[in-house]
Amino acid sequence: MKRFIPETRAVNVVKRFTCDELAELLTAYLEDALDQPSRDGVRAHLSCCEGCGRYFDQFRTTIKVLGDQPPEKLSAPVRDRLMSAFRNRNRHHHDPDRRS
Amino acid sequence: MSQRSTGGGAIVGSFEGGGLPPDDIVVGALRDGDEAMFAALLDTWSRGMLRVARSYVSTDHSAEEVVQDTWLAVIDGIDAFEGRASVKTWVFRILVNTAKKRGVRESRTLPWSAFERDGDVFADLGAAAQGARVDGASGWPTPEGEALAAEVRVLIAEALGRLPPRQRVVITLRDVEGCTSDEVCEILEISAANQRVLLHRARTAVRGWLADYYESVKQPE
Repeated sequence: MKRFIPETRAVNVVKRFTCDELAELLTAYLEDALDQPSRDGVRAHLSCCEGCGRYFDQFRTTIKVLGDQPPEKLSAPVRDRLMSAFRNRNRHHHDPDRRS
Repeated sequence: MSQRSTGGGAIVGSFEGGGLPPDDIVVGALRDGDEAMFAALLDTWSRGMLRVARSYVSTDHSAEEVVQDTWLAVIDGIDAFEGRASVKTWVFRILVNTAKKRGVRESRTLPWSAFERDGDVFADLGAAAQGARVDGASGWPTPEGEALAAEVRVLIAEALGRLPPRQRVVITLRDVEGCTSDEVCEILEISAANQRVLLHRARTAVRGWLADYYESVKQPE
């Protein structure tokens, strides 16, 4: 994926977005799915709009805390059952009638 | 978001950085009856599978049965696996299909097609989320304190449960489990644009609920 730093390119085309439009583009922006004028427009807006800057921070914080869910596991009996089903498959590997 | 602890056991940890080996090795090992490999997959993916299953079925017990049935289908099907998709995509597709069937049977969730117009559902559920767009954009406390972090975890779990199913599955796979957008598109057989819309709506709603929460913590009535 290409990522340009705007300052290193001569860019004249920068799209302008309202705050509402900007909010709708954040996932696309984070996924690097915007064309360059739009991407530059998002950056330009974020750099000078305090409210959207905070909103963007919150958006990223949201994504971060989503990734912080506690791990969960299969219960031990189910895990044991699956391990023995796997073992069983192995044992009857060439038996066409294998099936628990 | 690329680095995420798998919460797996020692076996998973023995693979570099908690990652699994390449697919051809995984498939070969499974066909040879390598129990350690099967256990590694089981411990690495079951967590995400349980969460995804819960998007379709009503109880933890059902979700676990869906995951169990999925693994049994994987055990049965590994010899026929053709490698057109990755092993992970293949396993999660079986999971989604198993969970959908189960969900329909439970009549608890509507058929998938009933959620084509997620936008409307979102309008109901996400009023707070959208209304908070400007006013709610104040600073949030950093969730450093363990107590706050624990509360936020609970809130996130509840928030996921309030999302329309399609949004819930996408955000669970992407942001909770750390799947790539390509993986999610393949698992759910949706376009990249569709995936992005669902993910964005889900994130926007969850951000709104989080904002409400932080607001309430800051200024108790």
